[in-house]
Amino acid sequence: MSGILASMIDGLLIGSVYGLAAMGLSLIWGVMDVINLTHGSMIALGMFGMYLLFSAIAVNAYALLIPIIAGGFVLGIVVYWLAVNWVVDRSQLMSLLSTFAVNMMVIGIGTAIWSTSPYNVNFSLPGITVGEYTFTGNHIAAAISAVLIALLLELFLYRTRAGKAIRAVSDNREAAELMGISSTRVLMVAFAIGIALAASSGALVSTLFPFTILSGAGYQLKSFVVTVLAGLGKPLGALAAGVLLGLLEGAVSPFIAVSWIPLIEFGLFVIVLIFFPRGIFGRASA
Amino acid sequence: MKRMFLIALLLFFSLAATAFSQQTITLGFTVSRTGALNVDSLEQYRGFELWRDTVNVAGGIKAGGKSYKVQFASYDDESNSKRVQQLYTRMILEDKADFLFSPYSSSLTATAAIVTEQYEKIMLTTGAAEEKTYKLGNQHLYQMFAPATQYLTAALDALKAKDPKAAVAFVYEDASFSVAVVTPAKAYAQQLGFNVAFSEAYAPNTADFGALIDKVIASKATVLLGGGHYADGSTLARQLYGHKVPLKMIALLVAPDSPQWSELGDAALGVIVPSQWEPQSTFKAQYGPSGADFGKAYTAKYNAPPSYESAGGYASGLILQHAIEQAGGIDTAKVAEALNATDLTTFYGRTKFSTQASEHGLQVGHTIFLAQWQKDKAGQPVKQVVWPLAGKSADLAYPIPR
Amino acid sequence: MITMLRRPLFWLILLLAAVFAWLPLRGNNVALREDLILVAVAIVLTSNLNLMIGYTGYVNFGHIVFYGLGGYVGLYLATVRGWPLIPAALTAGVAVSLLALLFGLGILRLRGAYFALATIGVLVAVQAFVANFEPWGRSTGMYVAFESYAPMGGPRHALWTTYFLVIAVMALSLLLSLGIKASKFGLGLFAIREDEDAAIVLGVNATVYKAIIYSVSAFLPAVAGALMFFKNGMIDPSIAFEYMLSLEGIVMLMLGGSGTVAGAALGAGLYERLRSYLLTSPRLSDFHLVIAGGLLLLVIRLAPGGLIGWLYRLVPRSREVVE
Repeated sequence: MSGILASMIDGLLIGSVYGLAAMGLSLIWGVMDVINLTHGSMIALGMFGMYLLFSAIAVNAYALLIPIIAGGFVLGIVVYWLAVNWVVDRSQLMSLLSTFAVNMMVIGIGTAIWSTSPYNVNFSLPGITVGEYTFTGNHIAAAISAVLIALLLELFLYRTRAGKAIRAVSDNREAAELMGISSTRVLMVAFAIGIALAASSGALVSTLFPFTILSGAGYQLKSFVVTVLAGLGKPLGALAAGVLLGLLEGAVSPFIAVSWIPLIEFGLFVIVLIFFPRGIFGRASA
Repeated sequence: MKRMFLIALLLFFSLAATAFSQQTITLGFTVSRTGALNVDSLEQYRGFELWRDTVNVAGGIKAGGKSYKVQFASYDDESNSKRVQQLYTRMILEDKADFLFSPYSSSLTATAAIVTEQYEKIMLTTGAAEEKTYKLGNQHLYQMFAPATQYLTAALDALKAKDPKAAVAFVYEDASFSVAVVTPAKAYAQQLGFNVAFSEAYAPNTADFGALIDKVIASKATVLLGGGHYADGSTLARQLYGHKVPLKMIALLVAPDSPQWSELGDAALGVIVPSQWEPQSTFKAQYGPSGADFGKAYTAKYNAPPSYESAGGYASGLILQHAIEQAGGIDTAKVAEALNATDLTTFYGRTKFSTQASEHGLQVGHTIFLAQWQKDKAGQPVKQVVWPLAGKSADLAYPIPR
Repeated sequence: MITMLRRPLFWLILLLAAVFAWLPLRGNNVALREDLILVAVAIVLTSNLNLMIGYTGYVNFGHIVFYGLGGYVGLYLATVRGWPLIPAALTAGVAVSLLALLFGLGILRLRGAYFALATIGVLVAVQAFVANFEPWGRSTGMYVAFESYAPMGGPRHALWTTYFLVIAVMALSLLLSLGIKASKFGLGLFAIREDEDAAIVLGVNATVYKAIIYSVSAFLPAVAGALMFFKNGMIDPSIAFEYMLSLEGIVMLMLGGSGTVAGAALGAGLYERLRSYLLTSPRLSDFHLVIAGGLLLLVIRLAPGGLIGWLYRLVPRSREVVE
């Protein structure tokens, strides 16, 4: 196995997690035209959620994803009523500021409780070794979990009535209301799902690397890059774009110092924003 | 008669009082209680604290007919250099610190040094091995740690004896300390005839070493040198183990010296750390406690063996105390003179500061050991001194058991 | 321009600068000087941010990039190249403004939230670049040699000189805000804020106006950055490009009253004092972000016009004086 291939496989694996993180952001943005700046802190809360649950109950960390997704959903409902419901029809500046304010508060509370010292979730699955390269079990499990969750979301959006309602509101809110769909409830559920996705991606990351309450910010930035690359509206598109980003990182890193990668990503981000506002897969926001 | 007696008594007590009038001296420093440096910084703080308690129990520092109780003005810098600037300014201006100790780590110390030099206060630096800070034209800095250049050159000397043709990889934190260690080490490696197969610095606060590890494997290196501090060093070791990288020798900076290192389990074994001090060292102390007494007192108070950060902290206190005694008081100019003239061996080793203007305060008396984590007879992981050969407590295990 | 002299706020700004200069000077109160310089810098950042957010309606989340880049260019010129401080700081201002013009031409064609996100992208990209840039010390950054203070009369003297220079930059920032507000250019900016398409139809060259104001809003923060990092003696990517400072700038502006000159100063001053108090209080320092976030949420929900907006409602006549 060559170094470049190993690197790209690693990139593919972590890219699935980037994609999962971005799906939450993309869903919320696509459905209610709100750019959720609490995204990073919700990812971080997912990390700590996994840490706390795993410290309390020493079972397979991946089984703990279920309570974390449920918890993320509930948290999303709280944040919706705190900061999002009132900005849905207002200027984007207001929604940016409102969600950003909540973000600051969550980070502040998180710092007060957990400080900024690094935490770890000490759970490992055995990896797969091919030649000289080993792909750690946690990375593989995280990628599989990300894909499974994405498929579940796709099923929900396209095979259930609730999912259809969300898509309807996302396409045309007034028409949906005329059809008798309670848009407030739909928006709330969509937002909560978005947060649950963010929290689950955080939970997966916690099994891979050490983290603090501030670690979510990096994934939030990557989520923006992925969401903009993918365009809005299609969660699977976000997953694919995340994998693409991971592959790009893996393909580039054998050739240049790893510390140049953020520059490439953000250069790409700004260029895509300017020249490809609709992204590669989906549609731009209304 | 009675009146005479009373007056005599009064005179006697007032004389006694002035002879041993109790003063206090305030020492200012920050501790990284939170943030990435918290593990190492706390160990340094414990060294300071143990020294202070020992001195105060004995009645304080005795100089010029007075005795000075030591009190600390200390804050949490959160491993953040901006906080360091604000807090050192505060300690000097508002807490009226007489002397300063450095924060932990070369980069935070470089920041603090700017403030202490601006206000012309003496600062003893510990937990800071980078040399550049002392070459910027200072007048009141004094370095306790042996300089960064020595850290990995010692490891390369040890490697030369085992495998003179090894392929070496340098993976290190892009921060002042590790860069100051690795830059001369790379040149020395080439000088000794090693093949430098790979070298890359990672951004501070990196948590994901996957891409770097893949590159190390691709380079076919069998020796890895580098790291930074506890957080990144421990993560790197863990991930190297998880990726089953076929390394025969791993030497990481700082992190493996902490007693917490054993928490890594199997990933901890075999890792070498360049060290400023180990409990097995046998220096004859001209001043202060012996190594064994220091170790005993530390373990009794903190339920853990001292790391070299703690030793450095305690030694800083000792050296300052000695200088104040020599100076007969706490006047900055006199104490600076006394520090410049210091050439003393304590449990920590020999301490002597350079007095050349181009590198004032650089440590020129102290040297580096190498310690390695090995299983003792009971199967427990312990640190053994493996270099220099003259003072070793066990042989260097090469290749490391993986 | 002469009409500026008739505006009461013009004189109030000069008075403010005089007070800032005089207060710590009497009694050689160094601790007060250190507190006030932080307030002055906050005012510089917030009032220049106001030009983008308050006047033009474009939210710049990456505003701090100008401050940090100014710091890098200034420190590099002053330390590595040995330039005296004032030319170094001014050159830093010009260089960063030109760079801003370049970036601006690219990202200003984006509207609303997309522009805001692009400014975050610019901030992170610049930070990543600088962290890899060898001549500027990569992640280690640059340190001022202690001798660099010698031409200014030694470190103690240099700290005072830098203080007065920063006060001057603060006064200039506020006067600039006032001047733009009173000018035709400013009117064009307000038109863009209200409805960009309508403004274009009415003959406002939005592209040029936006590029100019983005570039202008970079100048004084860059100069302040050069001065401050020189004073602090060092710079590295993590302290030069603190995302949180950028965002706190927005909080300060909303708190004071976005779109007004006095609002920027008031919000910056109050928030900076609150932050300093919280950070040095042992029990409350962890809550600084919670309080900041809570404040922002309260302000945007209950009083989107900030403190000045509330003042205008209380005392309608104040609009003429406190603008």
